[in-house]
Amino acid sequence: MRPTKISELQELVRAHSKLSASGGKTKSALHNVSDDVKNLDLTGLEGVIEYNPSEFTITAQAGADLKQLNLILGDHGQYLPFDPAFIERGATVGGTVASGVSGPGRYRYGGIRDFIIGVAYVDGQGKRVNSGGMVVKNAAGFDLSKLMVGSLGRYGALVDCSFKVFPKPESLMTLQVGFSSMEEAVECLLSITRMPIDLYALEIIPRADQYYIYIRMGGIPETLISRIDRLRMICGDGEVIEGEEDDEIWKDITNFTWLQSGELLVKVPITPKNVDDLDKYLAESSAKRHYSVGCNVAWVAWRNPIEALDVQLRNIGLSGLVIVGQVDKIHLGLEKSNKFSKLVKEALDPGNKWVEV
Amino acid sequence: MVVDKLLDELVELYPVDRLLTNKAALITYESDALTSFKRTPRAVVIAETQEEVIETVRKCHEYRVPFVARGSGTSLSGGSLPVQDGIVIALNRLNRIISIDPEQRIAVVEAGVVNSDVSQAADPYGLYFAPDPSSQPICTIGGNLAFNSGGAHCLKYGMTSNHVLGLKIVLPDGEVVELGGDSLESVEPDLVGIFSGSEGLFGIALQATLRLLPKPECYKTILAAYRSLESAGDAVAKVVESGLLPGALEIMDNLAIEAAEAAVQAGYPLDCEGLLIVELDGERLTVEHDFKILLEIIEKSGAYEIKIAKDNLERQRIWKGRKSAFSAVGRLSPDYIVQDGVVPRGRLSDALAEIKRLGKKYNLRVANVFHAGDGNLHPLILFNGRDDGALERAEEMASEILDLCIQYGGSITGEHGIGMEKRDHLPKMFDLNSINTMKSLHKIIDPHMISNPGKVFLTDVP
Repeated sequence: MRPTKISELQELVRAHSKLSASGGKTKSALHNVSDDVKNLDLTGLEGVIEYNPSEFTITAQAGADLKQLNLILGDHGQYLPFDPAFIERGATVGGTVASGVSGPGRYRYGGIRDFIIGVAYVDGQGKRVNSGGMVVKNAAGFDLSKLMVGSLGRYGALVDCSFKVFPKPESLMTLQVGFSSMEEAVECLLSITRMPIDLYALEIIPRADQYYIYIRMGGIPETLISRIDRLRMICGDGEVIEGEEDDEIWKDITNFTWLQSGELLVKVPITPKNVDDLDKYLAESSAKRHYSVGCNVAWVAWRNPIEALDVQLRNIGLSGLVIVGQVDKIHLGLEKSNKFSKLVKEALDPGNKWVEV
Repeated sequence: MVVDKLLDELVELYPVDRLLTNKAALITYESDALTSFKRTPRAVVIAETQEEVIETVRKCHEYRVPFVARGSGTSLSGGSLPVQDGIVIALNRLNRIISIDPEQRIAVVEAGVVNSDVSQAADPYGLYFAPDPSSQPICTIGGNLAFNSGGAHCLKYGMTSNHVLGLKIVLPDGEVVELGGDSLESVEPDLVGIFSGSEGLFGIALQATLRLLPKPECYKTILAAYRSLESAGDAVAKVVESGLLPGALEIMDNLAIEAAEAAVQAGYPLDCEGLLIVELDGERLTVEHDFKILLEIIEKSGAYEIKIAKDNLERQRIWKGRKSAFSAVGRLSPDYIVQDGVVPRGRLSDALAEIKRLGKKYNLRVANVFHAGDGNLHPLILFNGRDDGALERAEEMASEILDLCIQYGGSITGEHGIGMEKRDHLPKMFDLNSINTMKSLHKIIDPHMISNPGKVFLTDVP
């Protein structure tokens, strides 16, 4: 079922009792629903509704292709600061918001929740509900726009999303520094994060026997080298990557090209404090992993039975979400649901129409 | 009476100096910063621990007695107005800074901690808490959260909600829940986000995990004086078009300047019609480069006087004037209503022209202060409450300004929230389905309507 108008979507919602919504299905694990659930393919709602470069705002339909959106913004020297992931694979606006998946570039200014300013969605009764608006500052009513981030479609089908956008950095450059242990890499990371240095991305990527820190800086070309030199003084010497090579590296990271067929991709929110325990376990399990956003999220490529990771995350006190792959249970580790989350679901989807994956 | 039975139990929970029932003591709590509303609570409890707050909420729930949590009472929308004969739970003494973790860049604080105290505690680590509402030396984190407070740096840094990672809340039925966590990332819906800005209707925030940022290495602050508000507004448009992302862009009009100068002597030119404050912040090399571009734009924009803050002291002085504007306006007029609408930045000049016209229509003076970077207007409508019909005229004018903001595709509130003040405008901004959805959420979370009832939505609760 692929509506191309909101009215068609509303009719479909009213006609069925168990529903799920999807966009580009780039986050494949989030679409593993039973046969009695009707899937609504929202890629037919694909337009840009309004773009005001001088207002720093853009509104697009949920099925709009993010790669296209980025190009439109880029023509005006702007971009989506939450650095949407999977855009080379066809990620859409609604799917990105619903999955809550930002890319490494979110380190500079913030994630999806910091840039979403309005949504419209269709609820279980087929009614269109609006929240927020098209201005960058708004305290009117409850912030359902933020609630939609990471909601996995459990409250309704997103139809429009409005975002605040920012000026794109003129130029980008990366410093790559290798360390022989996770401990040393994290120590270097912590020495950078408190400094008043404006970084666009900060990753730790274990590869072979090394732990590489990737630090991406953005800004005016003339100042980048001096700013990178300053980082070198703190982190030690490393390789400077720029231009097309830099673009390619970050494209690979943001589109998870390092994920191989048959591997599950798991998202684990962490902090620099609890990353050590996790890394020891993942290293022992020979799992590929990236630590993104200054060690605030671990992206894990998992091959072993998922139950083992589930148990280990719970032991460490972490939660995880399977994003790519086929598993029965996508929520791992510590249970996050609580009375408030249950009340919210009950209020917004009283008919329990929208499947909770 | 039911509330008397509740009081009998509260007497067991609080010592006599922290359970106020005497009329004279209650007067302080009858209003917040929106003084046109007054309600007398039955009692005020001054909580010192989270357990006291939780127990009080549980007892209020048991007896179905409405409660209003209150920080410093600085709400400009009547958000902490008591319910007549209800309970006020004062949180100013729930003010422990539980921990600061400079490596994780987080602070865990209780709801009664004053906003600027967070930055003060983080300062030795080179960190700060970015949300900076002008009342920050007084307002509390709990209040900032409830209203999703903003300030002058919202375009670049967002609002309070963007700097909260985790919450410990007590729901209206007394159940305690933890939302979010320590990480910037999450694998659940943004429940911290939906609680923030819920204006006390979903319960009370006891404790918050706040995100701290490294203090910018360098600030460059310009004060530019214009012969008209329009030319100040045009300058803002040019700054934004240039691709720069200033930390702040603020404009004040002549009346606001007059008030601020009388109050704090910030060094503002008194003959100026439109005063622009632009601030860049960030790494020194970047800021110095961007500053050359900014200065060139300002120099070509028709400013007749340009002052560049040469050190932190001068920078603080410039901001002192702006941040004291609301309270300073009290010198010009015994009473005022401050509005908080938002318009798209491109419509600022139109909005200001309309406000000027409305001032003539209602025969009221208006001082204008606004966050030009994000289109958030603060017209301060001056009146004398002793003049017959003056309050009514001021309220009508305020209402027309809100209608204007909706008409221009903006918002009725940028940062002060709906509270009591704008309840009748919320249905003009959102359609019935959307309002009903918000009401459903409210009703499920607070089925007995005891948590700050009567705010946000028009109801028949007094």
